[in-house]
Amino acid sequence: MENGLILTVQDLNVELDHRSIIEHLSFAVKKGDIVTILGPNGAGKTVLLKCLLGLLPYDGEIAWEKGIKIGYVPQRLPFIKDIPLSVMDFFDLKGAAEQEVRDIVHAVGFGEEFFERKIGDLSSGQFQRILIAWGLVGNPQVLLFDEPTTGIDIGGEETIYNLLARLKEERRLTMVLVTHDLSVVYQFSTHVICLSRQAVCYGPPREVLTPESLQNLYGGGMKYYQHKHR
Amino acid sequence: MLSKRMALVAGPLGHLTLPGIALALMYGFDVSIGAFPFVILGIILIWLFELKTKLPMEALTAVVFASAVAVAFLFLPVEQAETALVGDISSVGSWETGISVVVALFLFFVIKKIYPKMVLINVSEDLAGSEGVNVREYNLIYLVLIAIIVALGVKMVGGLLTAALVAIPASAARNLSRNLSQYAFGAMVIGSISSFVGILLFKLTGLPAGPLIILASTAIFLASIFLKNKRTFKGRLSRAT
Repeated sequence: MENGLILTVQDLNVELDHRSIIEHLSFAVKKGDIVTILGPNGAGKTVLLKCLLGLLPYDGEIAWEKGIKIGYVPQRLPFIKDIPLSVMDFFDLKGAAEQEVRDIVHAVGFGEEFFERKIGDLSSGQFQRILIAWGLVGNPQVLLFDEPTTGIDIGGEETIYNLLARLKEERRLTMVLVTHDLSVVYQFSTHVICLSRQAVCYGPPREVLTPESLQNLYGGGMKYYQHKHR
Repeated sequence: MLSKRMALVAGPLGHLTLPGIALALMYGFDVSIGAFPFVILGIILIWLFELKTKLPMEALTAVVFASAVAVAFLFLPVEQAETALVGDISSVGSWETGISVVVALFLFFVIKKIYPKMVLINVSEDLAGSEGVNVREYNLIYLVLIAIIVALGVKMVGGLLTAALVAIPASAARNLSRNLSQYAFGAMVIGSISSFVGILLFKLTGLPAGPLIILASTAIFLASIFLKNKRTFKGRLSRAT
């Protein structure tokens, strides 16, 4: 692909159960980008991620760079507590080499003693870290992340976004993530797609996120603050 | 096996074997052979129902279960009803036992091979799909394996109790296990012990073997609840100190 592009989406249309979920969506992702998909509930954010993963049928074109490896971090795994899985068991499902798993679990901030823990006994923050680690096994170039839970204690001082920012640097990752959290969009992402069936805005957040575009996205009554942390 | 609602699938499949068992008993051929095509039919029905209606599995279970029992009793001779419902392991000859052992070994190795992918699918079909696992293919293999297991099971404990034989040892093992291999191995051991104890009691008391096997597994299940509670309590204590 040209110009360091690793993903191009052209005129994507998705229909599920005879209902149109996404219409005429086009965008492109460059290597090293952090693209945030922003939008109200039911806007098609998760559906878009699943299309990018090839899990749902769609019309239009989704083209990844050839041979690219994609890691996926799902929003929740509601059924996982039904199965008695230790942390190590969970990684074994991916068939990864033990040393790689140890390195990655260490990189998200856990020690050896964690491998024996039962997944069902982890706190939600710990579980989210494990999910991220799981997505990173196999050394993907791209990480697709569905709605990292903000504001939860993931143990220690690092927030989930500090962790992601650090992993991005260490592993030269490109990231596509779904979120509700506007401050994340400003602090963390290079591009934002405002999705409400169609793309309401698309570009670097400080350029395209205006009171008007946010009002278009969420309807009236949206309070708007531009955080100036940096 | 006992992940998600999949254990429930064994329920309707077990009951669906009844017409097949009835035919086998009437015409004197192997009940497993009679049961198998009906289990396959059951799989197709459940798959179609779920696809078309999106009803919960529990509702489909009721529909399929009741219908199969009804069909079976239309033509099943009353004196053979007991064998069909609760099985008759004492009538299984050594030739049949040999075949069952071979099939069981085959199942064991196939399951061992697909196990990690199956567990991943049970954790999340999306996650499995993102790893390039063909979810439909694996689900189909899984259901066919269940069908074979159920067909073997009906010989031992009959159409009515097979679901229990599939579900109870796994439930007991889940209560006691902290990781996946304890779970899988535990279910196997508990199933074997139940069968052994059930048959032993049958030899001693002369009561039907099928229900005795199930009740032996139920006893282990009850014990597992007790042990689990004790352990959780201990765990809380040690955390509190």
